[in-house]
Amino acid sequence: MAAVGTLSRVGRLLCINRSRCLIFNSHPRRAISSCIDPAHGLSTEQKEFQKMAFDFAAKEMAPYMTEWDDKEIFPVETMRKAAQLGFGGIYVQPDVGGSGLSRLDTSVIFEALSTGCVSTTAYISIHNMCNWMIDTFGNAEQREKFCPDLCTMKTFASYCLTEPGSGSDAASLITSAKLSGDHYVLNGSKAFISGGGDTDVYVVMCRTGGKGSKGISCLVVEKDTPGLSFGKKEKKVGWNSQPTRAVIFEDCHVPVINRLGQEGQGFNIAMSGLNGGRINIASCSLGAAHACVQLARDHLLVRKQFGETLSNNQFLQFKLAEMATKLVASRLLVREAALALQEGRSDAVSICSMAKLFVTDECFNICNQALQMHGGYGYLKDYAVQQFVRDSRVHQILEGTNEVMRMIIARGLLSEL
Amino acid sequence: MSRVLVGVKRVIDYAVKIRVKPDNSGVVTDGVKHSMNPFCEIAVEEAVKLKEKKLIKEVVAVSCGPTQATETIRTALAMGCDRGIHVEVTGKDYESMGPLQVSKILAALAKREEASLVIVGKQAIDDDCNQTGQMTAALLDWPQGTFASEVTLEGDKVKVVREIDGGLETIKINMPAVLTADLRLNTPRYATLPNIMKAKKKKIANMKPAELGVDMVSRGPGGGSEGDILRGLLAVEQSSRQHGGLISSSRTHLHPAIVATDFHDSSSLKGYSETLSFTELIQPTGG
Repeated sequence: MAAVGTLSRVGRLLCINRSRCLIFNSHPRRAISSCIDPAHGLSTEQKEFQKMAFDFAAKEMAPYMTEWDDKEIFPVETMRKAAQLGFGGIYVQPDVGGSGLSRLDTSVIFEALSTGCVSTTAYISIHNMCNWMIDTFGNAEQREKFCPDLCTMKTFASYCLTEPGSGSDAASLITSAKLSGDHYVLNGSKAFISGGGDTDVYVVMCRTGGKGSKGISCLVVEKDTPGLSFGKKEKKVGWNSQPTRAVIFEDCHVPVINRLGQEGQGFNIAMSGLNGGRINIASCSLGAAHACVQLARDHLLVRKQFGETLSNNQFLQFKLAEMATKLVASRLLVREAALALQEGRSDAVSICSMAKLFVTDECFNICNQALQMHGGYGYLKDYAVQQFVRDSRVHQILEGTNEVMRMIIARGLLSEL
Repeated sequence: MSRVLVGVKRVIDYAVKIRVKPDNSGVVTDGVKHSMNPFCEIAVEEAVKLKEKKLIKEVVAVSCGPTQATETIRTALAMGCDRGIHVEVTGKDYESMGPLQVSKILAALAKREEASLVIVGKQAIDDDCNQTGQMTAALLDWPQGTFASEVTLEGDKVKVVREIDGGLETIKINMPAVLTADLRLNTPRYATLPNIMKAKKKKIANMKPAELGVDMVSRGPGGGSEGDILRGLLAVEQSSRQHGGLISSSRTHLHPAIVATDFHDSSSLKGYSETLSFTELIQPTGG
């Protein structure tokens, strides 16, 4: 029993209870591996990516995440360092400077980076999504023109779909693009654009044809185009390391050669981008939740009340166990969705929506629970847990609200023959 | 142009909280996060930088240990080494493997690979021996530049700025030579995604110590035919801090107080080192 005392003082074990002695893992031959280790089930190569991303997050992002949030700094230099490692175009093809990795590799990387700063990682994922859209739907000239600089993050990108009058009902957007010789003339505005005003390349969904999704095209608008302006920088609850602004088009002339794909293909392009984007956002939520479970665990082992550490309290033990279980379940779902997307499975759209829905909800709850476990300290900005809560809250809203995710899943189910 | 051999060691990650096994036979390693020794990363970085400056032609990463050692070699390859050598050491041999055995292996490989430089980290963060580099140099009868904080190749010589107790010492030694990397030599790069992918295609040769003519047994002073194996006897957790006591602030009172007070139980292993550090630290100045 002396060993119990030693280990509970040192312990990283989740389940020590000195007085109960029931659930103590002391079998000498059983490996004490963490059940929430995100490396489980990955290939050797993926573990290398993950390790590198975790190192980068711990050294280059985590020490600054509070400052970036507090001072609303868009960490351009750090993101460019990340781009040097290949994070600017993770699933973009190598011939234009991308890393050519799979969706699963990407999910693993964003999950790891997110433990360093959710907001910055989320922006990097949006940047990647736009880069991929140009890589996939652009012609040779467009890919050559935009992708290499996006991959090195010499230039940054923004995804412009939402408008003041069309959020969930994205297909009803009204920003118009009227053909005039070799240009489109854009009029309208986009709302809540991440990076808006500080980025260089705007991937804009606009109406070139009639009503509905079939009348929408996708144009790449470059900064400093006359007629392009921005609203005020929004003050947000979280995601403060990325500026959010309205993007305004007033007789903005955009060359026809900047159109991705055909007229009328824009909505499909937008939705294709979002399938991957949803996995990425869910992966960011995973990273936040993983960091929070560790923070909560560490806190329970240190904080004492009623003469014992909180880790001896059965309610908190059970709560932590539930958090860990939901974290692992979430991770499995995201990784399965990533596999489905990269293999082009028929259920890809539905499972990406399921992953986004389930994971953003559960991971926010995990972060919130972790804050609760910190007690009053959890509410102070000195402690990182509140930033993970604030940053991950918006994941339940953007890239398609979780309500829209339900719509997509229901439609998939009910339209089956 | 020349070839550099870099020794890398797989150790428990520096951020992990070390736990002692319940039977006190060692520390827990199963399921614990491992990574490349930080000083080895610095050694790899220096070798790769020399190659990028086109001063050397090839960098070969070597690690000794069981299968998991290849993970560390892969990390070295992802940082820019050209190929790897995994010297397989398992079981009892691995448990008793220390700087002497590793330096015999490195010496044999340095000769076989015709290396001009052997670069290793100054010490490993698990055993803190700080012996492998020096022993390797002795076995090869090569000059050594240890605790290097700056390395410059000058023709067939190496200029090494060493971090020593008194400050910085600059030496110029003939190649071939052994260098050990200190903290401020460089800042190791992150492996990039493309390099991690390329590393998959790089070769890792596998061999056993016997193929290099190396005997993994460490002999005791008796030098008998069976030899004594260096074996760890006991691992105990560091005890928690003792309470301090109030003594008068005058230095002349301090010395007798230290001598008179019995701070420790002499039967515990840690007692010896604690005595040493105390009396060395507090030397009464004259008068």
